[in-house]
Amino acid sequence: MEKKIALSMRGITKRFGSVVANHHVDLDVYQGEILSVLGENGCGKTTLMNMLAGIYYPDEGKIYKEGEEVVIRSPKDAFDLKIGMIHQHFKLVDLFTAAENIVLGIREEGKYNLKSVNDRVSQIAAKYGFHIDPQKKIYDMSVSEKQTVEIIKMLYRGADILILDEPTAVLTPQEIDKLFEVLRAMKADGKSIIIITHKLHEVLSVSDRVAILRKGEHIATVNTAETNESALTEMMVGKKVSLNIDRTDPVDPSPRLQIKNLNCLNAEGLPVVKDVSFTVNSGEILGIAGIAGSGQRELLEAIAGMQPIDSGEIIFINPKKGRPVTFYHKSLKRVKQLAAEGAFHGWNGKPVTFEGANNSVIRYLVGSGEVLFNEDEIIDLRGRTPLEIRELGIRLSFVPEDRLGMGLVGSMGITDNMMLRSYRKGHAGFVDRRQPRKLAEEIIRELEVNTPGVNTPVRRLSGGNVQKVLLGREIAFAPKVLMAAYPVRGLDINSSYTIYNLLNKQKQNGVAVIFVGEDLDVLLALCDRILVINSGAITGVVDARSTTKEEVGLLMTKTDTAERKEAAQ
Amino acid sequence: MSERKNNTNHEPLFHLAKRSVIPQWRAWLIRVAAIVLGLAVCGIVAYILSDKLQEGKKTLADFYYCFIKGSFTTNRKIWKFLKNMAILQCISLAVTPAFRMRFWNTGAEGQTLMGVWGAIAVAFYLGGEIPEALLLVLMFVGALLCSAVWAVIPAIFKAKWNTNETLFTLMMNYVAIHIVEYFLVVWVPSGSSSLGKLKYGKLPSFGHDYLVIILIVLLLTLLLYVYLKHSKQGYEISVVGESVRTAQYSGMNVKKVIIRTMVVSGLLCGLAGYLIGAGLDQTVTTESVGGQGFTAIMVSWLANFNPIVMLLTSGLITLLDQGAAQITQDFGVRGAFPDVIIGIILFFIIGSEFFINYQVIFRKGGHAAKEGAK
Repeated sequence: MEKKIALSMRGITKRFGSVVANHHVDLDVYQGEILSVLGENGCGKTTLMNMLAGIYYPDEGKIYKEGEEVVIRSPKDAFDLKIGMIHQHFKLVDLFTAAENIVLGIREEGKYNLKSVNDRVSQIAAKYGFHIDPQKKIYDMSVSEKQTVEIIKMLYRGADILILDEPTAVLTPQEIDKLFEVLRAMKADGKSIIIITHKLHEVLSVSDRVAILRKGEHIATVNTAETNESALTEMMVGKKVSLNIDRTDPVDPSPRLQIKNLNCLNAEGLPVVKDVSFTVNSGEILGIAGIAGSGQRELLEAIAGMQPIDSGEIIFINPKKGRPVTFYHKSLKRVKQLAAEGAFHGWNGKPVTFEGANNSVIRYLVGSGEVLFNEDEIIDLRGRTPLEIRELGIRLSFVPEDRLGMGLVGSMGITDNMMLRSYRKGHAGFVDRRQPRKLAEEIIRELEVNTPGVNTPVRRLSGGNVQKVLLGREIAFAPKVLMAAYPVRGLDINSSYTIYNLLNKQKQNGVAVIFVGEDLDVLLALCDRILVINSGAITGVVDARSTTKEEVGLLMTKTDTAERKEAAQ
Repeated sequence: MSERKNNTNHEPLFHLAKRSVIPQWRAWLIRVAAIVLGLAVCGIVAYILSDKLQEGKKTLADFYYCFIKGSFTTNRKIWKFLKNMAILQCISLAVTPAFRMRFWNTGAEGQTLMGVWGAIAVAFYLGGEIPEALLLVLMFVGALLCSAVWAVIPAIFKAKWNTNETLFTLMMNYVAIHIVEYFLVVWVPSGSSSLGKLKYGKLPSFGHDYLVIILIVLLLTLLLYVYLKHSKQGYEISVVGESVRTAQYSGMNVKKVIIRTMVVSGLLCGLAGYLIGAGLDQTVTTESVGGQGFTAIMVSWLANFNPIVMLLTSGLITLLDQGAAQITQDFGVRGAFPDVIIGIILFFIIGSEFFINYQVIFRKGGHAAKEGAK
């Protein structure tokens, strides 16, 4: 079967300053095939495709369309050559309907006739098996519907080469299957489809050929039928990697954090977290699965004291039973008060009430660790600011999804970023950079952070190194609860596994870990339990050892039962 | 756009690429080159505008010499240069804490003017009735208070209702100017609306009249550098400036930081106003600050909000300013010519930042591309 080449790239090089994003890349796409461009994050996949879409202009090299040399200087040039790219972040006008978005920016002969546009959109949808309502507004659409609009937009413009950048990142397993069916239909119609991805099983299930990029260079293009996951990984990473996460059984789990009937509203006053209740135990990893934007962020921020709570409780159980009382987070007055309530005992097991004791005796006894707690401390975090939570002695660490916009300060070095947690220490008005510097050096050494120095702005580091710095700082804080939102997003395989191992180590140390993830394979392999959330409400809690991807996927899209009840009333 | 179709097969003449890191010496080379280019363009403009140049009565060398002559040829000019630079530096320092917080305070003009007014108001009402030393202290308090109030009003609105600080502070300038205008009418009923030099409330001096002012500003520069770089509050300012979310995450009270920082900015403006009012003018007019509140924005920005580097940029701007004044005098050009000169040079300096951040790659992979690869 002889297939015609639709598009080829020869000797394409693109540099950003001293960084070589693509180095002499050769690539061919045939008509009527699905080609996967596979590579780790930061290997130059998107950059390469952006040159086809007219976003970037190559420094060197040539592009041929059906054998003829072409120059693509702008997205318009790309359209003229019938190349369409669907970016990871959709570029749609929220207030417009699907059809209006699709014709936006096209100059057609004759009068603007939305009716005929609607008809043509429906025709295209029917031809390839899309489900779409041309008159639905974008803001009413799910992520997968928006993606459909983007694809139809390209088809409407007559694109016969479609580039999809990480199209499955935001979809549920069921939606992914549907997307792949559509792609196969388009392929049968003779279109060329390029998928940028770093997920191996998708590559194997949908594409005809795979082009592998590594550090900006084209390593090989192989037929999907003649390869397997481990061979692809090896080409992608450059060495053999074991893709196993070592999951141990939780040791001695006890409740650490209890969320009860939590409700949160967003800035517009709409509910984003709906009646959520769950418990996180020490020594386990609780996964949170859900479509992006289902309330995961608000939930974690509510626990961290950054998101106002409408109603509900967040109870932190501080494991203090049998441990010495300290003045670190308690005033003398509070200690006396608690002693009078009978909260303490001595090493001999007898209650300590401090009756008749003067302050210096109390100070001495507490200072030398003679006074112990009877029970764990139970603290309600509701309505407390992050600072108050810390001042209560609650060791709650939070790795937010927006690393440089929330967890770290991009323009500062590692040392100064270590200070975010601790800069208030010391009495004088000046900051002490010695301790943070030591911590920074420790993290660089132990987590093998690749950086020119402790004062290099963290913005300049790669995604994996940024995450190591952030997670390193949060772990150095010796947390009792560790919350991590999408901690491996954008990371290469090796860094990802470093992060999984770090989380596992925390779990083995008895930390209660909350892991918000997007890759279901990872959630299933790493977590002990998985809590599934859909539009702010919990739709199920499953045992990660026995569940399946399909089950979790269904729960991710399941309509919230409470909402249905409400509607019925 | 339409001819693009015809030459689809041609590379564009040049395209831009972002640089990653550029060695410091090259960045400075680009900046110096920009100033030289700017001066060259100034020469051309001057030639077009000045009869004396066209008729050969003056040469271009005379023209460029004016920049030195304006500031350095006599002792008097050197002192004047240092004084002007000190006042500009002081106001630039004042806007810096807010700018580091990305709070775009365009109201330094009004804040400083309120400081001058505050100092002079105290001297006007109490001068001669209380001891001079006490008067000077009260003038100082008055200046600081007025400026701080002027600065904190927009900060409170920003913190509480997230109003746009740029417009707010800008408008406050005009309110300040009209307040001064009003009081000039009240204070000088004769109708001239010119207060004249007051007899009381003059900052004592030693050595030279301007020496105290210059030393105070130098000391302030060092203090502010330490404050921004090594104090907890300085650290908070940097974090809030970079990302409000990060500041909240680390437990900072963002509203408090915004308001506190604007108070600091206001106090520094008040000090500048005091130096102008008590140290130099002994009077107040609507022109007491003379636009330096706006120039300071540029000085601070060009120095990348670093107080020490600011000594350089405030010096440069003052040098240009005095040079341009000298040109007006020597070449008989009038009106806005000094502004044109300063505008051209600033245009080139600001433009040079683009070439520090980006490189231009010409067709056929010319030498620019190869250079960039290194």
